[in-house]
Amino acid sequence: MRITCPHCGPRDLVEFSYHGDATLTRPDSASTDQDVWNAYVYDRANPAGEHREFWQHSGGCRKHLVVTRNTLTHAISGVDFAPGKRTGRKRS
Amino acid sequence: MTSWRIPSGGRIDRAKPVRFSFDGKSYTGFAGDTLASALLANGVRLFGRSFKYHRPRGLVAAGYEEPNALVTVTTDGAREPNIRATELEVYDGLVAESQNRYPSLAFDLQAVNQLAGKAFSAGFYYKTFMGPVIGPLKGTRAWMFCESFIRRAAGLGSAGTVTDPARYERMNAFCDVLVVGSGPSGLEAARKAAADGKRVILCETNAAFGGSANWAGSDQAGFAETLISDLGANPGVTLLNRTTVWGCYDGNTYAALERVSDHRKQPVIGEPRHRHWVIRADHVVLATGALERLLVFPGNDRPGVMLASAAQRFAGEYGVLPGKRIVVLTNNDSAYDAAAKLRERDALITTIVDVRPTVGDWALAQAKEAGAEVLASHAVVATGGRNSLSSVTVQPFDAEINAFPGPPRRVACDTLLVSGGWSPVVHLASQAGAKPVWDDKLQAFLPPGSSSGWEAVGAAAGEGLEPPAPLFEIKAKGDKAFVDFQHDVTADDVRLAHREGYQSVEHLKRYTTLGMATDQGKTANIPGMAIMADALSKPIPEVGTTRFRPPFTGVSLGALAAERYGDIRPGRLTPMHDWHKSNGAGMYAAGLWYRPESYNRQGESVEDAYIREAKAVRRNVGIVDVSTLGKIDIQGPDAAEFLDRVYTNTFSTLPVGKARYGLMLREDGFALDDGTTWRLAENRFLMTTTTANAGRVMQHLEYHLDCIWPDLKVHLTSVTDQWAAAAVAGPKSREVLAACVKRTKLDNKALPFMGIVHGRIAQIPVMICRLSFSGERAYEVYCGAHHGQRVWDALMEAGKSFDMQPYGLEALGTLRIEKGHVTGAEIDGRTTAQDLHLDWLISKKKPFVGSAMMNREGLTDPKRWSLVGVISLSGEKLRGGSHIVDGPADDPGRSLGHLTAMCFSPLYGKYIGLALVENGTGRIGTRAFATDPARSGTHIPVEFVNHIFYDPKGERMHG
Ligand SMILES: [Zn+2]
Repeated sequence: MRITCPHCGPRDLVEFSYHGDATLTRPDSASTDQDVWNAYVYDRANPAGEHREFWQHSGGCRKHLVVTRNTLTHAISGVDFAPGKRTGRKRS
Repeated sequence: MTSWRIPSGGRIDRAKPVRFSFDGKSYTGFAGDTLASALLANGVRLFGRSFKYHRPRGLVAAGYEEPNALVTVTTDGAREPNIRATELEVYDGLVAESQNRYPSLAFDLQAVNQLAGKAFSAGFYYKTFMGPVIGPLKGTRAWMFCESFIRRAAGLGSAGTVTDPARYERMNAFCDVLVVGSGPSGLEAARKAAADGKRVILCETNAAFGGSANWAGSDQAGFAETLISDLGANPGVTLLNRTTVWGCYDGNTYAALERVSDHRKQPVIGEPRHRHWVIRADHVVLATGALERLLVFPGNDRPGVMLASAAQRFAGEYGVLPGKRIVVLTNNDSAYDAAAKLRERDALITTIVDVRPTVGDWALAQAKEAGAEVLASHAVVATGGRNSLSSVTVQPFDAEINAFPGPPRRVACDTLLVSGGWSPVVHLASQAGAKPVWDDKLQAFLPPGSSSGWEAVGAAAGEGLEPPAPLFEIKAKGDKAFVDFQHDVTADDVRLAHREGYQSVEHLKRYTTLGMATDQGKTANIPGMAIMADALSKPIPEVGTTRFRPPFTGVSLGALAAERYGDIRPGRLTPMHDWHKSNGAGMYAAGLWYRPESYNRQGESVEDAYIREAKAVRRNVGIVDVSTLGKIDIQGPDAAEFLDRVYTNTFSTLPVGKARYGLMLREDGFALDDGTTWRLAENRFLMTTTTANAGRVMQHLEYHLDCIWPDLKVHLTSVTDQWAAAAVAGPKSREVLAACVKRTKLDNKALPFMGIVHGRIAQIPVMICRLSFSGERAYEVYCGAHHGQRVWDALMEAGKSFDMQPYGLEALGTLRIEKGHVTGAEIDGRTTAQDLHLDWLISKKKPFVGSAMMNREGLTDPKRWSLVGVISLSGEKLRGGSHIVDGPADDPGRSLGHLTAMCFSPLYGKYIGLALVENGTGRIGTRAFATDPARSGTHIPVEFVNHIFYDPKGERMHG
């Protein structure tokens, strides 16, 4: 797998580290609602198909990227610097 | 023993005899032989004993698909098991032995397993794992009881215990076209691509390029040779022989293993044993050919039963005949061609048994050339002989209804060549995600057309294969009929699996272990599936094929580890590394770092040395290299706000020129790391992390800045390698510094606990922070990494009159255990601030990462494992990792926790440790045992005490 870093160009997977679901929005820091926090920390949709996720170019520019990847084929259809547009599931 | 070598021909070099040994006996072969061909030439037919039943087994195939002839090769005491004799090139001095036999290959005591065949039928392992539901062997106890017996009886060779002395390499390569397989189709594809100016890599699993051209007939050999030499002369073409492409990964990335020096007794200097290739190709041509299948019939595993194509290859490529008197059994025309080619090599073929009612004119002409009688509508129903074949029983056969309309008769022979049709090698296409499609005419799975990344050509695409009769099994009564030779799976096992309710091919595979041995069922999968389909009364494609996964054939772990192991592995050295080594320190690998373990004096053990060093710190003064600590420079107008958000305690209130101890949590409320952070200026901090967690903490901070709070104006720079650091610790530490530090005061007022000053040592600018890991008065001295040694030397010189001693990781650990400080052993991802008694660091005035989740019910339960001190009551040495239990050695009860660290405490004169124990705080004053049954066998009575053994009020480090 290769990821095209918007900063460094196409690079091999070994230069990147995966940092999870990019569709979530962190609850307000002052929130103490356990359900909201629990969903943010633990609930993951595990979609079969397109997924937006964080990848850090840890062996390169170290920027976090939002990568749109098909979990079935590993085909990558989009790469943006984080924070990308937060689409996907809304939490309230 | 007579030679079975043909007087001339083959690819071997008859001018170069090679001596080798097999099972302790010496043999001679020729350069270019495999172990299989050389032993076959010497008349050896028995190559191993089978996995479950210990049946005698011989050669079935001539290449990587061979299921039986696995051997162990011994090189300089290192053993490598499960090497296929058909792939192992002989060299002078090769030492190989057969496997899975006791006491000898010809006389095997465990062959009695055959009589206990029922016990080893399909699902044996599965059922044993599950165990009976009642009785003394309930559940997994049955497995534990049987395990030792099974491990000895069943097995495919045993691994060695000595360190592998070989070197391995990794290579990245890029090309326009990767061609897998160098048979005629692969060569043609490579020629075409090279002619178009493409960069080509051509991989061939065998030593010789040419594939089937090497044995199919002289007409092809010349054509192939010309192509190979043309390609070799083209600078755009890389030819890799002895290279197996074993895996296909995303983005047309292929993994290959090059066996660089396995064919030599010693590698040439600089040469690795294996090279792991990672090849990224725009386009891949799969010219992987096809594999011939066996037929399933009683006794089909007797040595002397061989694939017809294998015999043709042994004769054509190695100049060896498989036997003196040959019978052929077939369901297709390809075996007739093999018979005619073998006849050209002076083989005696008496009979061709064909299960089909009618045989075509072309095949009959080949039979005539071979001088063989053709028995159409016949089958082989039994084989005779002890350790090798002496006869076969043939009988009239109606393949349509599996009936035998006539009496059997015996035919004397020493070899039975079988052809059950051909299966294209679709493994890589399947790995690439393509679903193979069933071809009714060829009775085989084909790769589905081509994709953007790859195409199959030649036999791999089904081209030129002879269509067989749709027959996989001759169902006759008698001996066991094998489907998977390597795992000893019979046709009856497959039917038993069906009767027991297993219908899917994936379940069949797991239940019978069909296709799960080291050959991954290369000759077994299709017949097994066909028998399952027959039992289910379904067509084969409805039963389906399993998806192939890497690796195609075995890959050495050394090759995959390559640069992460041995002399190519990177190491991180502190600026004072050489000094440590030349002053007697043994260096200890901590991640990629090397740190001094202890500075052993003449006659001292590591334990003697660290006790002396720790004493010196407590009584006097010592110095330790702490350059490996993670260091992050944090700058920006929002730096203080950022730290308040990631630390549990507050940093915005920290005055410039002061340091503070801090704790970070993960978002889920568990502890992440601890360390001190220094405020160097209003908007500039220097954060230190534990050595092991430096990378993880940096990433944690970057993640929050990039993804969570992009509005914060903060910049992070890892400066771990930019600073050298030494800690000077002990009651006399201030005097040592006073003797060498210029341009700053060091008294309690100018430099209080957690204070920072700037000064000079040996004219080098230094930053000194007064903080303590040991519990003594101590100072950390930081300077630019390039000046590290100079500052260290100046500190050593200043320490001379105070008898300052350098101390290593062991003494550092001892001092911190006595002081109850935590490290990565305690912050293990499962502990909370409370568990570690660090809740005093938690601010209630602000939210921070982890604050929302840290007070969940499960994380505040007082029964959780918490940090506690442990003292050995018997004087025995504790072992880190020991479990804490309540009961005596013979009935210890369940684990209540474990020891995270241990040392001999010079303070107590006893072995002490830190432990994470259920309700730890509540146990203080009580006793238990530290047990380590698997390693040291120790079971030591211990008493629980407060985790801070030494100076709990901190008077010494503040004073
Ligand atoms: Zn980048």
